[in-house]
Amino acid sequence: MKDNTILRTDHLKAYYVLDVHGTKKVAKAVDDISIEIKENEVYGIAGESGCGKSTLLKALFNSVEPPLRLIDGKVYYRVNWDEVEVTSLSPEEKRKLRMEYISYIPQGSMSVFNPVQKIKETYKDFITSHVGGQSRDEMYELAQKHIVELGLPKNILETYPHQLSGGMRQRVTIALAALLKPRIMIGDEPTTALDVIVQRGVIQLLKDIQAKLKNTIIMVTHDMGVHANVADRIGIMYAGKIVEEGTTENIFERPFHPYTQFLINSLPKFGDKRDRESVPGSPPNLTDLPGGCPFHPRCPHVMEICTKEMPGFCRPIEDHRVACWLIGEGEHGQAA
Amino acid sequence: MDKLLEVNQLTKIYAQGSLIARTLITAADNISFYIKPAEIFTLAGESGCGKTTTSKIILGFEEASSGKVLHKGREKGPKEKVWLTSGVQAIFQDPFSTFNPLRTVDSYFFETVQNYKLAETQKEAIDIIDTKLQMVGLSYKEFAGKYPNEFSGGQLQRISIARSLLTDPQLLIADEPVSMVDASLRMAIVNLFKKLRDEYGVSVLYITHDLATAYYVSDRIAIMFRGNIVEMGSVEQVLMDPKHPYTRLLRDSIPQADPKKRWKDRITLAELEQDEYLRQGCKFAGRCPQVMDICKQKIPADVIVDGVQVRCHKYG
Repeated sequence: MKDNTILRTDHLKAYYVLDVHGTKKVAKAVDDISIEIKENEVYGIAGESGCGKSTLLKALFNSVEPPLRLIDGKVYYRVNWDEVEVTSLSPEEKRKLRMEYISYIPQGSMSVFNPVQKIKETYKDFITSHVGGQSRDEMYELAQKHIVELGLPKNILETYPHQLSGGMRQRVTIALAALLKPRIMIGDEPTTALDVIVQRGVIQLLKDIQAKLKNTIIMVTHDMGVHANVADRIGIMYAGKIVEEGTTENIFERPFHPYTQFLINSLPKFGDKRDRESVPGSPPNLTDLPGGCPFHPRCPHVMEICTKEMPGFCRPIEDHRVACWLIGEGEHGQAA
Repeated sequence: MDKLLEVNQLTKIYAQGSLIARTLITAADNISFYIKPAEIFTLAGESGCGKTTTSKIILGFEEASSGKVLHKGREKGPKEKVWLTSGVQAIFQDPFSTFNPLRTVDSYFFETVQNYKLAETQKEAIDIIDTKLQMVGLSYKEFAGKYPNEFSGGQLQRISIARSLLTDPQLLIADEPVSMVDASLRMAIVNLFKKLRDEYGVSVLYITHDLATAYYVSDRIAIMFRGNIVEMGSVEQVLMDPKHPYTRLLRDSIPQADPKKRWKDRITLAELEQDEYLRQGCKFAGRCPQVMDICKQKIPADVIVDGVQVRCHKYG
């Protein structure tokens, strides 16, 4: 593990094992993923719905519950300069890491807060279960200080969740996730379903927090525009695999994988009305994946080998890796 | 006929709260626009701007408090539903709730064919259905006898467009048709609108919050904010050179898929939505960077600047 790596996975496999009318179905949502995420960076994960992005986050957050099962592989966090393999920790140890070391920002912030309690009660619950040993006033003061520091109005502690707009609720959720100054924050589509101006405000808050805490944010969204604005590095996911990974500049300017090229080129741009094509075909079914490279049925450059074997990673330029037969065979034994 | 659909000074007022402590929200405030044949007209704005209210009134799901909707120059009666005249069809936001999960998708097609007496025999019906499905890039064979859960969201949305095409409508009213569809498949839907306009002369009222696709497909656009159309004109002029401060903020807030164009300035977010609706004068005055005294007192009138209609005191 390099010095600045804070989270790493090693050939991670997490499958949904479903029992449908007596027959077993296996959805390979995370299939042999090895990534290294650095300290103080924003790592974006992009891909279509149903490609396993959210499942990967669950595995990274170390919250694997049936029907999702960890089949193989390991997840490492670097806690206080020691590398810890987290999948084998006891539930109590896992709980300790959560929210204090690694926190999670969900998409639908409506279900985060208890609808019959004021926001301050949620804060109180949160502080008692993770910090403890403080009086009511001290806790309230801590919560208030935190809210004001992030530029949110302090009277929101006295409101009920339904009184807040969607954007404000999402910002309070993010503030709560940042309360214990975690080293890693994981966001699952944190700005999806918000209006564009509100989305911009929420992203502004996320960036502020990251600049202040100098921590790592792992963010999943299908909106490439958000990635272009926030991420330092991006991993492109397709059918449970990372197919390309690189710096934001390279992913947008020099995408190598045909899938990434489709993703980038299909985006409409202001001042450019030329015809744009969407990715042909539909996303694959994770329970019934095509053999070889899973993208081959939709790929315009498909070759014979693509239908038979999954390529390994090539590194065509620095800090960039891509799994595609067009680029090359890839490292031996390093299947994507 | 140069106006296929005309909306004239439409106003809709909703009452909120109890009888005693009632607040009146003007969800649509004196809205006028028209759609020409073979044109894609976009009604864009954030949630709670009144765009869906407007479409509901046009479709006859809601009654207007005042104002008129004219279809081909004929006024729509208060109880009449324009879309029943087969010239207007609607497409909705969530393709999964468009179809009943317990019914096969093709049954909707046969039902529409029957209701409008489009075919005499089963074979004729299948032919018609197949032609319409071909138009959206699907075929009858891959769709017959299947249930909605067997399709992806993008496919279902295309199926619901194919269904709306059965009656050969001149106007489609599409309320947020791409917001539930993956970004990569979004273009398939909007390209379809383009094709329908160019090849079949169909007009589309495209209601969306996604200005990037709006710029890509539409001819003219109206930007709505808290019940008002604040700016309306050709899409090139409105989005490339916004006149109203709100249009500018909205345009600049769309994350551009270009890491070189990251946001640099900071923004202030809205107060409560309701407070903005109840504001006297221009509804945007609370957040406008160029606010003047008059903005807080009087609702600005519509003025035409370089062929674009703007509702702002800056130009008054």
